[in-house]
Amino acid sequence: MNNLIKGEKHDWEMVIGLEIHAQVKSNSKLFSSSSTKFGSSPNSQVSLVDAAMPGMLPVINKYCVVQAVKTGVGLNAKINNYSVFDRKNYFYADLPQGYQISQYKYPIVGEGKVTIDFKDGTSKDIRIVRLHLEQDAGKSLHDQNPSKTYVDLNRSGVALMEIVSEPDIRTPDEAGMYISKIRSILMYLDTCDGNMQEGSLRADVNISVRKPGDEYGTRCEIKNLNSIKFIKQAINYEAKRQIEILESGGSIEQNTMLFNTSTGKTRPMRNKEEAHDYRYFPDPDLLPLEISKEEIGKIKSLIPELPDELKNKFIETYKLSNYDASVLTAEKQTSDYFNETINSDPELKNHAKIVVNWITSELFSLLNKNNQDLNNSLVSPENLGQLIKLISTNEISGKIAKDVLEDMFSSGKTARQIVDEKGLQQVTDQGEIAKVIDEVIAENPKMVEQYLAGKDKLLGFFVGQAMKLTKGKANPKMLNDILKSKLK
Amino acid sequence: MSKSSLKQTLKNLESKKISIRELNQDYLKRIKEKENLNVFIHFSEENVLKQIDNLEKDNSAKKLKGMPIAIKDLFCTKSMPTTAASKILENFNPTYESFVTQKLLDEGSIFVGKTNLDEFAMGSATNTSFFGNTINPLSQENEPLAPGGSSGGSAAAVAADLCLGATGTDTGGSIRQPASFCGVVGIKPTYGLCSRWGIAAFASSLDQAGIFSHNVEDASILLQSIAGFDQRDSTSAKVNIPNYFENLDDDLNGKTVGIPKEYSIDGTPMEISQIWEDAIKVLEKKGVKIKNISLPHTKYALPTYYIIAPAEASSNLARYDGVKYGFRSDEIDSLDEMYENTRAQGFGREVKRRILIGTYVLSAGYYDAYYLKAQKVRKLIADDFNKAFKECDFIVTPTAPSAAFPLNEKQNDPIKMYLNDVFTVPASLAGLPGISIPFGKDKNNLPLGIQILGKHFDEQQVFNAAVSLERSYE
Repeated sequence: MNNLIKGEKHDWEMVIGLEIHAQVKSNSKLFSSSSTKFGSSPNSQVSLVDAAMPGMLPVINKYCVVQAVKTGVGLNAKINNYSVFDRKNYFYADLPQGYQISQYKYPIVGEGKVTIDFKDGTSKDIRIVRLHLEQDAGKSLHDQNPSKTYVDLNRSGVALMEIVSEPDIRTPDEAGMYISKIRSILMYLDTCDGNMQEGSLRADVNISVRKPGDEYGTRCEIKNLNSIKFIKQAINYEAKRQIEILESGGSIEQNTMLFNTSTGKTRPMRNKEEAHDYRYFPDPDLLPLEISKEEIGKIKSLIPELPDELKNKFIETYKLSNYDASVLTAEKQTSDYFNETINSDPELKNHAKIVVNWITSELFSLLNKNNQDLNNSLVSPENLGQLIKLISTNEISGKIAKDVLEDMFSSGKTARQIVDEKGLQQVTDQGEIAKVIDEVIAENPKMVEQYLAGKDKLLGFFVGQAMKLTKGKANPKMLNDILKSKLK
Repeated sequence: MSKSSLKQTLKNLESKKISIRELNQDYLKRIKEKENLNVFIHFSEENVLKQIDNLEKDNSAKKLKGMPIAIKDLFCTKSMPTTAASKILENFNPTYESFVTQKLLDEGSIFVGKTNLDEFAMGSATNTSFFGNTINPLSQENEPLAPGGSSGGSAAAVAADLCLGATGTDTGGSIRQPASFCGVVGIKPTYGLCSRWGIAAFASSLDQAGIFSHNVEDASILLQSIAGFDQRDSTSAKVNIPNYFENLDDDLNGKTVGIPKEYSIDGTPMEISQIWEDAIKVLEKKGVKIKNISLPHTKYALPTYYIIAPAEASSNLARYDGVKYGFRSDEIDSLDEMYENTRAQGFGREVKRRILIGTYVLSAGYYDAYYLKAQKVRKLIADDFNKAFKECDFIVTPTAPSAAFPLNEKQNDPIKMYLNDVFTVPASLAGLPGISIPFGKDKNNLPLGIQILGKHFDEQQVFNAAVSLERSYE
C-alpha cells in the first residue's frame, strides 16, 4: 500500500500519534460525588472539592478505576497493580485547584494494542503506549459578556481516560479508523458513551512528516479535535504545511496547534517562551492506587465480548470476510442487530453474506438518508430476516425486496404483510411467463430480427419489456431461460 | 496564675459548682482583658453567648459540654470566618465545618474564637500573619516575646488562660514549638490520626491537627475527641482510637527511652541540655531503661523539610487565584494580571518566599536534584526512626533550641527562623506522634519544653511518658 504523499520535490510519509481523551462513563466525578450529567445549567454540579475550596480533599471514585481497568483490558493492555496520581500545575480560570490531578510516571494501564481493518482485507496493529486517569477542567465562557469571562465548573473534575498511541499511524484514514476502533471498544465496554459532539471523546493529534526511511521529524500537536472529519482535515492541512516548510528549506518548530474548523487551518496556540513547566509531582492528598490481581481478575470477568472477538467469531461461524465482519462489529448495536437477524430463522445462517449486505448497504443507506439510528428503526431484526427469507426462497426478487424494505422502513409493516397486500409474489409459473414472452416477441419483430442477426445485447431489452408486463414479479432466472429458448 | 484544668472544670460543671454560662463569662472577661496580646483573628462575644444559649437548651450529655475551646484560624468553621491569617482569605466564610471542629462541636464545646497564626501556617513566631503579631503572654512588659509558631495564637490562648484547650496544626513543629515557648502542652499526633478535611492546606503530606492544653490529661481528653477515620481524607487512618485518658499510666517501669545523640547540637544553650539531662534522670529514677540511639540522617531533616513543604505549598496555594473566592486585586486588565496582582497583593513575604522555593524545586531540571532527592532522604529519616523504635518505646529530646525569643529578633533572617524546627521536623517527616511538655525554665524564667516522640499511632505511650514526666516535675 502506498501511503506516501507527493511534495514538490519528494515523496513524504506522515507519522501520526493520537492522544484520545475519553470521558469515563460514570455517574459521579473522579474525586467527588457531583453528577456528571451533560447539559445541566452552569455551576449546578459543583461540589466543594470541584471548586477547590480551602481544605477540601480529593477521594478517588472506585467506579472510575474499574472503568479504566476494563478499558485497559479492552485495549489488550497491561494493567498496572500500582499507579500514582500526580499534580500537573498550571493556572487557568477554569482550573480551580491550580493543578490538574493526572497520572504521569505511573499510569494505571501500560502498553497495549488495537487492530484496524482495511477494505482490502488487510489489517494493522496500532500500539498503545498507556492509558491514564485524569480530571477534566471546567469551561471558560468568553461569549456571554463583552468584557467578562464566565466560568462553568460542571465539567471540573469529571474523569477522563487519556489513551496515548505510539506514532504508528501513517495516513489520515488510519487515524480515523483508529479513533473509530477505540470508540467502538469503549462503547462495547460501556466505559465511555463515545459522544464526540458532546466532547465525551476528543483527540490531540501529534504529527510529523519524513522522507520514507528517515528518522522521525519534529512534530506538532494539534489540540482538542472532536470529530473524525476534523481530525482528517487537520492532519492533511498540517502535513501539507510542514512539507511546504521543509521543501522550501525551513525547519519545523515543535509547537502546539489549534485547528480552526471553519477555515480548515491550523495555527500555533502559544510560542516557546510561554511553554508550560507543569511541575508534576505525586499528589500528597492521594495514596498510590493499588489494585490486586484478584480485583483485576474480577473486573476481567465483567467484560463483554469485544469487537475483535466477535469479528473472529463471525468470520468463523458465517464465513464472512474480515472486512464485512469488522464493519458489522464496529458498533455494538450493529453486531447485536446482525445476531438477532440471523438467529430469527435457522435458514438464514446459510445466507449470512446476504444478511450482511442487506444490513450494511440497504438498511444503512435508508438510515443515513433519513438520519436515523438502528436502535429507533421501524425495521426489526425479525422483519429483516423475514424479508431475506422471502428472497432466498424466491418468493420475491431482490429488486422488489428493495421496495418492500423501503415500505417496511416507513410503515413498520412486516415484509410478508407488504408482499401479500401488494401481491408482489414472484411469478414462477412457466406458462404464465412464456405467455408474456410471446407477447413481447410478437410486439417487437424488428428487435427480434436484429437479435437473431447477432445483437446479443438486445436480450436485456426483452427481459426489461417482460418484466414491465409482470410488474417486475417474474422470476428473473426463469424469464431468462425461457426467453433464450424461444429466441433460438 | 492558677489555671483550672479541663478535667477539673468538667467535674465542677457536673457537680454544678459552676454553670456553663458562668464558666464562659469568666473566659470572655479574660479574653477582653488580654486583647493586647492579639491572640484572636476573630472573636465575637455575641457568637459565644449564642453558643451558650444553645447549649443551655440542650439536655443531652456531651463529653466536652460547655468547654471553651480556641480554634486555630486554619480550620474552616461555619460560624466564624476563616482566614489562614492571610489577606487573600480576609473575608472568607466557609459553608462547611472541618472534621476536627465538627467533632468538637458534636461534643458540646464552645468556640471562643479563631486564633492567630503565621500566614498559612508558614512561620515559627506568629509574625507573618496579615493580622499582626501575637504576643507571648509570658512576655515581660518591656520586651514582647514571640509565642512561637505557626500555632502561636492557640498556644498563647491556652497560656493566657483564655480557653481550656485549643486546636493547632503541626507541619514541622507548629504545635510543639509554640507549646514549648508558651509553657503549655502541645501534641501533634501521628500523621493520619485526625482528618485534614476542612483545614486549609500548607503541606499535605505533613500537616496534622493536634491539641494545646494546660496539662497532659487534658490533652489526652481533647485528642480523643478530634481523632478518628474520615473517608473524605484519603490519608486518614483506619485505626482504633483508645481512650487515652482512661488508659493514662504514669508507671514507666521497664520501658526503654531512646536518647538520640544527633540531637546534641553545637550551640544549643546549656539550659536546654540541662533540662534534657534532667528529664533523662527523672525517667531513670522511674525505672526506665536509658538507651543511646542514633538517628543518623537527622542533619538532613531540615533541608529535606524545606524542600518538601514548600513544594507542596506552592501547589496547594495555587487555588488562591482571585477567581472563585477570597481577595481579588482591582488592577486587572487580563487574566495573567489578575493572577499576578491578586497573589502579589494577597500573600505576604514568607508565603511568597515559600511558593518561590517550592516552584523552583519542582521545576524541570531541578526536580530530581531537589524534590526527588528530598523524598529519598525522607524515607531514610523514617527508616532511622523505625530502626530506633525496635530498641526503645519512646524517644525524648528537647522541643526547641531556645526559649521564646523577642518578637522581632529573627524577622529578617529566614534561615535562623527555620532552625527553630530542628528538633521537631524529623518526626514530622516520619509522620510520628510527638508531644511537648513544659519542663524547666531558662535563666529569664521562661519555660522550656521537652519533646516525647512515639511509634506510629502509639499516642498512648507518648501520653504515658508525658504524664509521668509532668507529674514528677510538678
